[in-house]
Amino acid sequence: MSEAKTMDDVQKLKFYQKGTLTVGNRLVDEAERNVQASQARTNSLTSGHRACQGCGEALGARYAIDAAMRASGGNLVAVNATGCLEVFTTPYPETSWQMPWMHSLFGNAAAVATGVAAAMRVTGRPNARVVAQGGDGGTTDIGFGTLSGMFERNDDVLYICYDNEGYMNTGVQRSSATPPAARTATTPAIGSEPGNVFGTGKFLPKIAVAHEIPYVATASVADLHDLEAKVTKAMGVRGARYIHINVPCPLGWGAATNDTIRLARLAIETGLFPVFEAEHGRITAVRKIRDRRPVTEYLKPQRRYAHLFKGDKEDARVARIQAMADRVIAEYGLVEA
Amino acid sequence: MKHPYAITLDVGTSKANHTGSWRTKRPVYVDRLPPCNAACPAGEDIQGWLSLAEQGDYEAAWRALTKNNPLPAIMGRVCYHPCETACNRAAIDESVGINSVERFLGDLAIEKDWVFDNPETQTGKKVLVVGAGPAGLSAAYHLRRAGHGVAIREAGPLAGGMMRFGIPKYRLPRPIIDAEVERIVAMGVTLSLNDKVDDIEKAMTEGGFDAAFLAVGAHIARRAYIPAAGAAKVMDAVSLLRSMEGEAPPLLGRKVVIYGGGNTALDVARTARRLGAEEAIIVYRRTREKMPAHDFELEEALEEGVSMKWLSTIKAVDGGKMLIEKMALDETGFPQPTGEMETLEADSLILALGQDVDLSLLDRAPGITIENGVVKVGPDMQTGRPGVFAGGDMAPSERTVTVAVGHGKKAARYIDAWLRGISDISTEKHGLASADRLNAWYYEDAPATVRPMLEAARRVKSFEEVAGGLNETNALYEARRCLSCGNCFECDNCYGVCPDNAVIKLGPGKGFQFNYDFCKGCGLCAAECPCGAIDMVAEDI
Repeated sequence: MSEAKTMDDVQKLKFYQKGTLTVGNRLVDEAERNVQASQARTNSLTSGHRACQGCGEALGARYAIDAAMRASGGNLVAVNATGCLEVFTTPYPETSWQMPWMHSLFGNAAAVATGVAAAMRVTGRPNARVVAQGGDGGTTDIGFGTLSGMFERNDDVLYICYDNEGYMNTGVQRSSATPPAARTATTPAIGSEPGNVFGTGKFLPKIAVAHEIPYVATASVADLHDLEAKVTKAMGVRGARYIHINVPCPLGWGAATNDTIRLARLAIETGLFPVFEAEHGRITAVRKIRDRRPVTEYLKPQRRYAHLFKGDKEDARVARIQAMADRVIAEYGLVEA
Repeated sequence: MKHPYAITLDVGTSKANHTGSWRTKRPVYVDRLPPCNAACPAGEDIQGWLSLAEQGDYEAAWRALTKNNPLPAIMGRVCYHPCETACNRAAIDESVGINSVERFLGDLAIEKDWVFDNPETQTGKKVLVVGAGPAGLSAAYHLRRAGHGVAIREAGPLAGGMMRFGIPKYRLPRPIIDAEVERIVAMGVTLSLNDKVDDIEKAMTEGGFDAAFLAVGAHIARRAYIPAAGAAKVMDAVSLLRSMEGEAPPLLGRKVVIYGGGNTALDVARTARRLGAEEAIIVYRRTREKMPAHDFELEEALEEGVSMKWLSTIKAVDGGKMLIEKMALDETGFPQPTGEMETLEADSLILALGQDVDLSLLDRAPGITIENGVVKVGPDMQTGRPGVFAGGDMAPSERTVTVAVGHGKKAARYIDAWLRGISDISTEKHGLASADRLNAWYYEDAPATVRPMLEAARRVKSFEEVAGGLNETNALYEARRCLSCGNCFECDNCYGVCPDNAVIKLGPGKGFQFNYDFCKGCGLCAAECPCGAIDMVAEDI
């Protein structure tokens, strides 16, 4: 825990801290300032964890859980699916979690969280809140059944999925969230159509919206202010809630360790990852693209797409990925008309 | 301790696991030299005072500014602001309007009667400053701050040098000069006017001075040989601009021709328009691209109805007729005569062909070298005569007010060191905070504030100041456009983006520190630092 107990309200003002772009946005109202700028943040996921250098998931989890801790006044329990996040934080008997945290199986985080929430209710602790969290494997593949059940029953749980687009700690295998053309251990860059095939995969936020639960949002480690605002909003709602956070993986994506945030930003600015909010089955807000970029800028720094840029002719599939981005932009209205 | 079923070990924190051992590169906080500061001829810490201004502490900003330059209200009007040319913000939208913020601070200081602190200790040493122009005033100020006794001897009737006798009022109102000079005099500097120094050796001996700083300026108009016949009215720019101070304005007539292509030619043409000349024509032997005058000044002159005759030289003057020869640029860009002639009628001709320095005061000083009409000085601004330093237009330099102010400051530092018997006062400079080190994503779009300008129609009727100032609201906005290139401004990005919580926030004004026990060296902090204040350095492995 940090020694400081107060928000740093006496810190001097600088113009570029006014808005939502830097971490320390001190020209906004104190209540709207980022948790991550405060010396009093809980560091729910603390140092010494074994995540790779530049891990987007470690970052996303601290952002989200610290915000949830603030929103719940520290009255929070986390249930974790199996996955990187569980493995790198909690190799028995060590843990990086500075909060009540439990892990059961790969596929049952949503169901266990439902049980924890019920237990809190029946033991007379209605103010203790529950988050469940997992990677895209534990969420979109293995845990999808229990998650859909949790949504359908409208259980009082916030489920957070940290999507790094594959099974990374077991050696980078494909998940149902792996994007087309990406190379993984199970979709190698060989044959006539190297990498993952087109037309598969699921975008779970849309499925969550279709459950018409009270709150669904997507967020990114590249937009901290937006991420914290969404977690805070979700914590202010009872019932089933779902937040899907895009977290680049330097290991699995074959990217430089210092490119994690840049890639997350490019995923948004190319249109490949739409950032939006939905309530009760309807989309209520989208984050507009600030500086639209072509998908090649996003693809080229990642070795999982290196096969697209081999030889002197551009692979036709780059244009297909660009078309996917254009479709997302049109669908969500991500560019200012 | 009794463990629950199937548990054999106590739970511990992952902090026991020092992941810093994985690191091959370590992040290090650095300070870099912002391009504005690097470009400032007066050596101002521009980023430093902008930073204070953007917190709304204008007096502190003014005090930080005047640590290096005692003439901000003047500078905010006449400086050609190389800082803005160098500003990294130009690559994002437009440069920060540094010069307009400087003027705002300078004007506010005059309005609020802020004064300089007097020196805390007196050294007992006496320094003679010859010339009360920008270089002399700047040197006097810095020497006085260092605790030396300072006497300025000025040949002219008023202080200011070329700022008063060379820069027209519509660019620099005289009350501004008076206010900033008075503030320097109030520190205990003796200023004596109409007091020309003819012999520097004699002046130093008689006055008992330990050192001298010479800054007499370049007041002698350069002449070109032009055969003149009849009652031709030919004047030089220096005398014309000088005669604008106090005495009755000169009669130039309806149509005035100005010969030359520097800023002085433009000043004269614009002055002629204000004196009632219906036409002011600048004759210059080269093209607009080759003109030494600043383009914005040319634009302002054109707006006021000044016209230009490019690629032309004046061969002869006969009464009201001028014989003009057309020129053509050769391959090297040098103008060559074409033999093609034309006649231009005008009531007067003003020569603005550059200025020379009156160096007669050095005739009896030993060891002084004069090259190309100026005094040779070392890197410490010292002449060949020990204890005599020189600067401003009389030393080799670009002749601008800001360069002169910089000379005065630099000379004062070396004079101070010389008087104290210290030889080496050089300081190590940080590496440049170049634009490629910035992460511009974090800077929001904020176009520059435009200074209000007097309409052209009103300009030619009076000597009212052309460029207006900023008010507190837009000066604050403009100051806050600063990117803080190369120096941490505590945006908390490094503290936020570290996946390993390996950045320790020390609190307001104290910055940050890396916790190398846990830093894995991923480099996210350096990549996401907006202003490029973190370097990744290879570990010795």
